[in-house]
Amino acid sequence: MKVETQCKVLEMAQLTSGGWSMTVESHGIAQQISAPDQFLHIKCGHSHLLRRPISICNWSAQRDLIRLVFEVRGEGTQWLSRRKVGDSLDVLGPLGNGFSMEAEKRYLLVGGGIGVPPMLGCAVHGSGHCTAVLGFRSAGNTMLLEEFEKACTGGVRLATDDGTLGHHGFVDALVRQELEKHPGEYDGVLACGPKPMLKSVAAVCAQLDTPCQVSMEERMGCGVGACLVCACKNTQGHYVHVCKDGPVFPAQEVDWNE
Amino acid sequence: MSNPVMSVDLAGVELKNPVVVASGTFGFGREYGQFYDLSELGGICVKGLTAQRREGNPPPRIAETPMGILNSVGLQNPGVDAFIAHELPFLRQYDVKVIANISGNTPEEYGEMCEKLADAGVDLIEVNISCPNVKAGGLAYGTRPELAAEVTGMAKAHAGRVPVMVKLSPNVTDITEIARAVADAGADALSLINTLRGMRIDVNTRRPILKMNTGGLSGPAVLPVAVRMVWEVHNAVSLPILGMGGVSDGDSAAQMMLAGASAVAVGTVCFADPYAPIRVRDGLRDIAGRQGLDHVSQLTGGVRPW
Repeated sequence: MKVETQCKVLEMAQLTSGGWSMTVESHGIAQQISAPDQFLHIKCGHSHLLRRPISICNWSAQRDLIRLVFEVRGEGTQWLSRRKVGDSLDVLGPLGNGFSMEAEKRYLLVGGGIGVPPMLGCAVHGSGHCTAVLGFRSAGNTMLLEEFEKACTGGVRLATDDGTLGHHGFVDALVRQELEKHPGEYDGVLACGPKPMLKSVAAVCAQLDTPCQVSMEERMGCGVGACLVCACKNTQGHYVHVCKDGPVFPAQEVDWNE
Repeated sequence: MSNPVMSVDLAGVELKNPVVVASGTFGFGREYGQFYDLSELGGICVKGLTAQRREGNPPPRIAETPMGILNSVGLQNPGVDAFIAHELPFLRQYDVKVIANISGNTPEEYGEMCEKLADAGVDLIEVNISCPNVKAGGLAYGTRPELAAEVTGMAKAHAGRVPVMVKLSPNVTDITEIARAVADAGADALSLINTLRGMRIDVNTRRPILKMNTGGLSGPAVLPVAVRMVWEVHNAVSLPILGMGGVSDGDSAAQMMLAGASAVAVGTVCFADPYAPIRVRDGLRDIAGRQGLDHVSQLTGGVRPW
């Protein structure tokens, strides 16, 4: 049986102007995590009816900890950012299906903006052979870089929209460079970020014949697959649901023109 | 403090408690069945069914509003045949009444679905004539008394012994007019309210949040409207009522019953709290117990208007 859990906040840190890191005591949720990029569905105060889905950045089953890194987007996440150490959160999870990774395989991890944090979970808990390509708006928006450096044996490459750090432009150019520089070496590309970014990364991967998994985002309701609101169209023309069927899908199954 | 009997009768169907889950908020039970035993519930109104599979509307399909949500799912469902083949057997493992919710494009389609569902042995059929999110059928049948009556008659003619409950729309000037038409056409029960049409706009992009521009409002925000309409309908017709719209705890459920509902449906609040139906049931029992009632059904219609 799944349960609703009260999780105590153990650590709270501001990473960027709108980005926060929160570590919670998981009461057994961490032991149930089956793959990186599953999410927790969190009640954000009594003035909001709906929970907020927050993807898991990192976890320790042994220490019973879950780390969430989120961006303040609206009132719900604003509320979440104001939690203090010792506060309790009402949590459902872990929910959704994360990235599928196999031991000993080599992956290129691609994160854009607030899509960066779940990729850290891939680097830490995945195959151990990862290279990261991370994109941010600007040098001031970067986060988790040291931890990616530590976890990614293949190194970390950066892009910023305004050119203040790393490659000036979007991550898909770096993904192309990396795949072309090491032909046949990557077993897969795993990506999380805004939909236009995912679309271009998927296009590069299709062209260079590299399997790609993408983590989709859509406005969510129940988080468990009952309300059918977080719809995402697949290439068969059917609506599947981000919370239950995803959030991670094989890139070639997503209808990118929808 | 009494220990009230919780079972209620809804159009000849005995529910072990007055708490049903509302169509469209509970899928076919599989998801919330991972949180608790579905036999705890009085009944399950399944996701709205259509004659053929429907994909539903493009996203975004949800917008949060003050103490509520707008949705524009658009009746995404696998179709009535797939429900009977794959979902009904799952639900039959539980000791819970199964209420099949149906929407048709024509009165004939309602008839065909009723026949299939009656043969398959559902406990009750909820005829949806009030979905605001589909073009054909849906709301059109629910806002015109003569069409509502025609659909009701067709459903009754094909449902055999299975009672027919018609789900009314609040998007009308006078809900009692439709309620009377449906009652005269032979409905066994009424359920109300469906969602209220609404809209939310992002002021920065000037775009509606919902891709369909408008959607149906539900959640605690609509409770007072629902209670008022249940009260009006209860005074206008003698059919049993399944009351819904913003029920989220024992108090709101008791209001619904006092206004005239025989049972209540819990919907949107499940998204926030999967255990809400259980809390509503326990809250109702507490209220009935505190008031010294022998039977929770003694709440029904018990409001004392000024």
